[in-house]
Amino acid sequence: MRPARRVGKKSRQRLSNAGKIAALMSSYHLDHLQHLETEAIHIMREVAGEFERPALLFSGGKDSICLLRLAEKAFRPSDLPMPLLNVDTGHHFPELNEFRDRRAKQLGGKLIVRTVEDAIAKGIAQPAPGEISRNRLQIPTLLAAIEEFRFDCCIGGARRDEEKARAKERFFSFRDSFGQWDPKNQRPEIWNLYNGRLNQGENMRVFPISNWTEMDVWEYIQRENLEVPSIYFSHKRPCVRRGGQWLPVNALVPPKAHEEVRELVVRVRTIGDIISTGCVESPATTTGDIIAEIAAARVTERGSRADDKSSEAAMEDRKKAGYF
Amino acid sequence: MPLTALSSATPVPVDILRFNTCGSVDDGKSTLIGRLLYDSKSLMEDQIEALERSADITGGGQINLANLTDGLRAEREQGITIDVAYRYFATPRRKFIIADTPGHVQYTRNMVTGASSANLSIILVDARTGVIEQSRRHTAIAALLRIPHLVVAINKMDLVGWSEARFLEIRAQFEEFLPRLDIKDVKFIPMSALNGDNVVDASVHTPWYVGPTLLGHLETVHIASDWNLNGFRLPVQWVNRPNNPTDASLHDFRGFSGQIAGGIVRTGQKIIAFPAGIVTTVKQIWTYDGPVDEAFCPQSVTLVLEHDIDISRGSMLVGLDHLPGSNTELQAEVCWMHARPLQPGKRYYLKHTTHTVQVSVTEIVNKLNLATLESDPAPAELGVNDIGEIRLRAAKPLVFDGYAINRLTGSFILIEQGTNATVAAGMLRPPREIVKPENGDYVI
Repeated sequence: MRPARRVGKKSRQRLSNAGKIAALMSSYHLDHLQHLETEAIHIMREVAGEFERPALLFSGGKDSICLLRLAEKAFRPSDLPMPLLNVDTGHHFPELNEFRDRRAKQLGGKLIVRTVEDAIAKGIAQPAPGEISRNRLQIPTLLAAIEEFRFDCCIGGARRDEEKARAKERFFSFRDSFGQWDPKNQRPEIWNLYNGRLNQGENMRVFPISNWTEMDVWEYIQRENLEVPSIYFSHKRPCVRRGGQWLPVNALVPPKAHEEVRELVVRVRTIGDIISTGCVESPATTTGDIIAEIAAARVTERGSRADDKSSEAAMEDRKKAGYF
Repeated sequence: MPLTALSSATPVPVDILRFNTCGSVDDGKSTLIGRLLYDSKSLMEDQIEALERSADITGGGQINLANLTDGLRAEREQGITIDVAYRYFATPRRKFIIADTPGHVQYTRNMVTGASSANLSIILVDARTGVIEQSRRHTAIAALLRIPHLVVAINKMDLVGWSEARFLEIRAQFEEFLPRLDIKDVKFIPMSALNGDNVVDASVHTPWYVGPTLLGHLETVHIASDWNLNGFRLPVQWVNRPNNPTDASLHDFRGFSGQIAGGIVRTGQKIIAFPAGIVTTVKQIWTYDGPVDEAFCPQSVTLVLEHDIDISRGSMLVGLDHLPGSNTELQAEVCWMHARPLQPGKRYYLKHTTHTVQVSVTEIVNKLNLATLESDPAPAELGVNDIGEIRLRAAKPLVFDGYAINRLTGSFILIEQGTNATVAAGMLRPPREIVKPENGDYVI
C-alpha cells in the first residue's frame, strides 16, 4: 500500500508560492475526471446497494474497460459483487475476445459469455433471410441471458455523447418485462437520487459513464494507465473499401472482385462487429497519440459504425426493442 | 498511476460547468444549443452532414440546428423537445455539460431533472412576447432548486429590430418578480440564437450592450463551490467486507463505502454513526489508490472505524460540528411530477440519500401560485407541475439538513407504491432542532 497522502496533493504541487493562499482556498477541488469518477462510483455502489442480482456488461472495449476500473474503485478490497456478462456475436475481433478473457481473469471476476450462435441454435434468435449482421440478434440473446440468470440490473458503458437517443437516456434506464425502453415515459432523475425499484420481471440498465465523452474515456485510460486491446492502436491490416469506409478484410463478407482492397496502417476508434467497424488511417501508437488525434478529429466516433447509419433513429429503435 | 500531465495537444479543462436551458416551445432552446456547438466548433463533420441530410428531406434545404438535439422520432414528428437531452462540449477554458430541458408545460418535471444538478440555468425569452407564465415558472423552479447562477437570454432580438428599449422592458418585467425569489446572480443577454448574435461572437447589432456573450459568460462565471464543506456527512451506500481475502490483513476489514455528501473527514476524527447515535473514530480512509489522511465532498471513499457498530446501507456518518437534525416529522417544498395528484394521507416511499423509508403526507400547507408567486394556503391537492409545501411523517427518523444548507442531505424523492413511479422532488426545510451529542447515549 502506498503511504498516506491527501487526495489531490499532486495537482497542488504544481502551484507557485504566490498562489499558495489561493491554493488553500481551492484545495478541496476536483478536476473534471475526478468529478466524473466520483459520480460513476456513486452510481456503481447504488447498484450494489439496491439490486439483488446485478451484472456488469463487459465487452473488452474502451468504455467497459473504464467501467471495470470504476468497479474496482467502488468495491475493492472486496471482490466485485457482480459477474461480468458479454454477448458474443460471433463476429467479434479476435483481439477483443482475447483481451476480454484475460482482463476478467486478472480481476478474478466471473465472466459469463452468451453467444448469438447458440441463441440461433436454440431458436431464441432468428435471423431474417439473408441477414448477415448480428446486431439485431444480440437483443434476444441478451434478454435470454438476463432471464437465465434472473439479472435485475445490467451495468453498461453507454455514453450520452455517442448518439442522439442515448443523449436522452437516464443513468437508471427502466426496462419493462420485455426489456423495452420507453423514451417518453422515463423516471425523472433528480440530484443523485436514483429510483431503482422494480416489480417482478422488470429490469434496469444503468450507465455510470453517461456523462463521459470519448475524450474523457481516453484521458481516464491514460491517467489510470489502463491496458486496451491492441486494435485501438495503429497496425497494418488489409482493408476493403465499402460504403465509404475502410472495413477489415474478413472471411464473413469477403471482398468482391470489383472492391478495392489495400493494406493500410489503421486503428479502430470504436469497436463493433468486424463486418461493420470502420478502420481509420492513423499513426497513433500510444494513448497520448490517440488523445491528440481525437482533439484534432473532425468526425464523431460513431461516424465509423455502419450499424448506426442505417437511419436517423436506428439506436432509438434498437433500444426500444431491448438493446443495451 | 498518479495524476500525469496530459500531452500538450490537449488543454486540460480545469473544471466542469453544468447548465440547463429552459423556455417554452419555440423560444429556440434547441437552436441556441445547436448554435453554441456550431459556433464553438464542437460539431463534427458527420453531424453537420446528418443535419444537411435531414434538411434536404424535411427542411426545404435549410439546416435546422434543433435537429442536433431533438433525436427521438416523436420529437422530429412534432417539432418539439420531449425529454432532457444531454450535450457535451469543451473550450480551452472549461468543460460543459448541457441539459436541454423541454419547455412544454406537461414536461416541467424534466426541467427539474435537468436543473437539479446545474450550476447555472439559462431562461430563454422570446423578445416579441416577453415574460410569460412559463418564464416565471422556470425562474421559480431555478430559485427553488437554488441554482447559483441564472442567465436570462432574451432571444429573437432580430425580430424586434434590436431594440434596446424592448430589452430593458423585458428586463424590468423580470426585475419586478425576482426580489420575491431567492436568486443572487442574474445576467441578461440580448441575442439571436438563429443568427448567432451574442452567443459565441459579439453582435454588431447591439452596440448598446456592453456585457459578455453567452459563451464568454459561461467560460468565466465564478462557480462558487456547490459543495458544502462545513459539516461532514457520509450516507453509507454499501458495507465493504471482503469474503475470504487472500491478504491476511484484510480478514477483519469492514469498511463503509459512500460518497461524501458534505464537509471534510480526516483520519483520527471523531464521528457519530446514525441511527445508532454512537460516537467513534475514523481509523482509516481507504481508497483504491491508497489510504488518504483527508477526504472531502463529493469524493467517494470507504471509511474504516475504530469500533464495531451496527452500520448498514442507509446509515449516516456525521462530524461532531455542524450537526444535522433527526426527526420523523418533516416539512418540505415539493415539485409534483405525476399525473395522479398528491393525496394527503396516502403512503409513499421516500428516498433520502441512501435511505428509503415509508412516509405519509399529513398536510398540504400551501401551493405556489405561479402567476403571482404568492402562496395559496391549504389547497385540496397538488397536481402535476404544482409546487407546494407539505408536511410528512416518516416511519423512521431521517438524519437530514435543510436543503438551503446542503443540497445532498436536504433533498428527497417520493416514489409511488405499486407503480414505483417517481412522483415528487422534495427540498427539506431546516430541522426544528438538531441532535445533541452531549447526551450520554452518544458515547460508547
